[in-house]
Formats: sequence, C-alpha cells, structure tokens
Amino acid sequence: MTETPSQTVGPFLSIGLTWPTGYLVVPEGSPGAIRITGTVHDGAGEPVPDGLVETWQADADGRFDDPTFGFGRAATRPDGSYEIVTVKPGALGDGQAPHVDVSVFARGLLDRVVTRIYFPDEAAANAADPLLAGLPAERAATLVAAAAGPGELRFDIRLGGERETVFLVL
Amino acid sequence: MTYRPAADGTHPPLLSPGYRSTGLRAPSQAPVVLPQRLTEVTGPALTGPVGPSDADLTTQHAGEPIGQRIVVFGRVLDSDGRAVPDSLVEIWQANAAGRYAHARDDWPAPLDPNFTGGGRVITGSDGSYRFTTIKPGAYPWGNHHNAWRPAHIHLSLFGRAFTQRLVTQMYFPDDPLFAQDPIFNSVPDEKARLRMVSTFDLDATRPDWALAYRFDIVLRGGDQTPFEAPHDEEGHA
Repeated sequence: MTETPSQTVGPFLSIGLTWPTGYLVVPEGSPGAIRITGTVHDGAGEPVPDGLVETWQADADGRFDDPTFGFGRAATRPDGSYEIVTVKPGALGDGQAPHVDVSVFARGLLDRVVTRIYFPDEAAANAADPLLAGLPAERAATLVAAAAGPGELRFDIRLGGERETVFLVL
Repeated sequence: MTYRPAADGTHPPLLSPGYRSTGLRAPSQAPVVLPQRLTEVTGPALTGPVGPSDADLTTQHAGEPIGQRIVVFGRVLDSDGRAVPDSLVEIWQANAAGRYAHARDDWPAPLDPNFTGGGRVITGSDGSYRFTTIKPGAYPWGNHHNAWRPAHIHLSLFGRAFTQRLVTQMYFPDDPLFAQDPIFNSVPDEKARLRMVSTFDLDATRPDWALAYRFDIVLRGGDQTPFEAPHDEEGHA
C-alpha cells in the first residue's frame, strides 16, 4: 500500500494538537525532574511562534517498558520558546549516549523535522555515541543541550542559518 | 523490526518554493541518516487526553454548529496493510465559513460560537476511527495572488513507533481549488497526492442527518515482520 503523504500542521495547530499538561513528561517537582527550555528559530534567526515540539525518550533507567511514559508535547509561545519537564533518560546500554528524540512541526514545514537532545554532563558517553561521533564537532554541538542552572537545560532549535541544528532521517 | 522509508515522491520536499513559508523554515543541510534503534522503533501509546465528546465536534458546545454535518471515518493502516489499533487520532479544522477558532486567524468570515474544530479519538481493534464534524470551508491566504486553501481537515497520527508519526490533511473529492494550491501540490507523486483526497460514501451517511467521507490513512510499514514469526501448524510439519 502507498503511504499517505505528510502535510504542514499550519499555523493553528493548537486547536487540535495541544493539551495544557502536554509539556509535563513528569509532574512538576518530581524526583529528578529537569526542565528543558529553548527557542525555535527560522533560517533568518527569527522565532517560530506557531511551532510544536514533541519529545520521546526512555525512562530514567533507560527502559521503554511503559508506552504511556516518555512523551512530551509543547507548542511554541509567541516568542518562539517552549519547555518540557521530564527526567534525564538512562542509557540504553547499546553504546548510545542518553538522548531524547525530538520532532518539530510548524507552518512552513511540510513534514516534521527530527533531531535529538543529548546531555552536557555526559562528555564520555557523548564522545562514544555513534551519531555524535560521526559529525563534525561544531555540528555535533547543536545536539547537546546547555546546562542552565540546577535541573535546567537549554536546547535551542535552528531550522536554518548559522549553527543550523542537525536534523535526522530515520 | 525497522521501518522502511516511503517511496520517492510520497512526502513533500521541505523546500517547496511554491509554498512561500518553506523558504525560511526548511533546513539547508541534508539530514543525517540515523539508524533506527530502540528510541525510534518504540512510540507513545496515548489515551489520556481523549474526552467523551471529542469524537463529535458538533456536540461540544451548547448549540448546533452552522454547516453541513459530515461523518469522517476510515482505518489507520501501515503500508503492509496491517491495522494500527489503540492509537490516538487528532483532527483540527476551520468552520463552515473557512475560519479557525484561533486568535491569529484574521480572515473576516464569521466565527461559530458552537464550533471549535478540535477532535480526538482512539482507533479500534481494526484500526478504525470515526468523527462527526462540519464540512470546513475554503479560505484565502496570503501565499500568492488569489490563493485559496481547498477545504481540508488536519489529521495527526502516532502509529506504533516514533518512525510512524505523521501529520497530514484530508481533502474533499472534486475540489476545484486543488490545481492552484501549493500545499496539496507539494507532494510530487500524483498517486500519493490523491491518497489525501477522501471518498464520498453514500452507504455511510447517517440518513437525514450527515453526509459521510471515507479516509484511510497509511503509515510506514516494516522492513520485516518479526512479530509474526513463521511457524508450522500441528500436523503440517
């Protein structure tokens, strides 16, 4: 059978795709909770106020045993920012560094773009990660979040322009 | 189990100059191939956010929405023809006048106080889904001179794995606006493009109440089918 093609979410995705607690992979204040915030930028560096970021990850032990856990969803705000409250995923034990898969949707994106968030306190694991190790250092750096205070990380997504985020084809 | 890529021409190129907003939003660098590992071959099973009136967009407010009632139904399958059960389907759309219930939609068509345009449902064991809603209107937009979006309903699908995630749009048969719409026409392959057009189904109408459109959705299929390992039946070894 032929696949159904992808189309843009359009600018009004919040009517159907969001819910108020979508950004909470874990409740606020949960043990080990971290807050990942960032801004989605277009190729001119302007914020994308009509985008959606979705995340999918293993639990803190590196497991996917519970398919109702590990999904986060946040629409971007008028300033292009988003936030996800989650826990740091454990390593999967297969040589990959701890990571979160990310989808970005927006008006003007005819298909989602996919990227990954890696963690800044995993220097050794990141150096050995097959994806990161295969990229030039300056490009790999676009996939590693920045520490932004206790339990706080920053992960900006740049659809184009300088320091364009590395996007992935699955 | 990994998921095979779609045939060439199925999905639109991210840079589609006819659709102007792709210009600054399409990445300029080629995407990097990521082998599918555990994170990619798993996916969320979401059932929590679905409320009891979410499948009927005509009963979410105190009064009846204006417009033609329609049933939108079909099955979610993968490209091997297997049903995708227990999976969240989300829709959003404009009202009968072509206006979205959204603060940033400034098209001066009437808002409908009885229509928000958002719906959710979980697929059945055979991958089936069904919504009752209002046929959305076409609307003009600023992409090019006299640009109008054909009437459409946005749909979001999760499938069983991160690789199967899909957002698409359902169009209506014989829409005269197809030829000038760069979003519809961003799909290079005509047969794939026509898969986004629903089918009028007289047998599925609700008599004296609602017209019906069938829309089956096909997600990525597997490179192999290890979940159903070959086995010999008793006595046929």
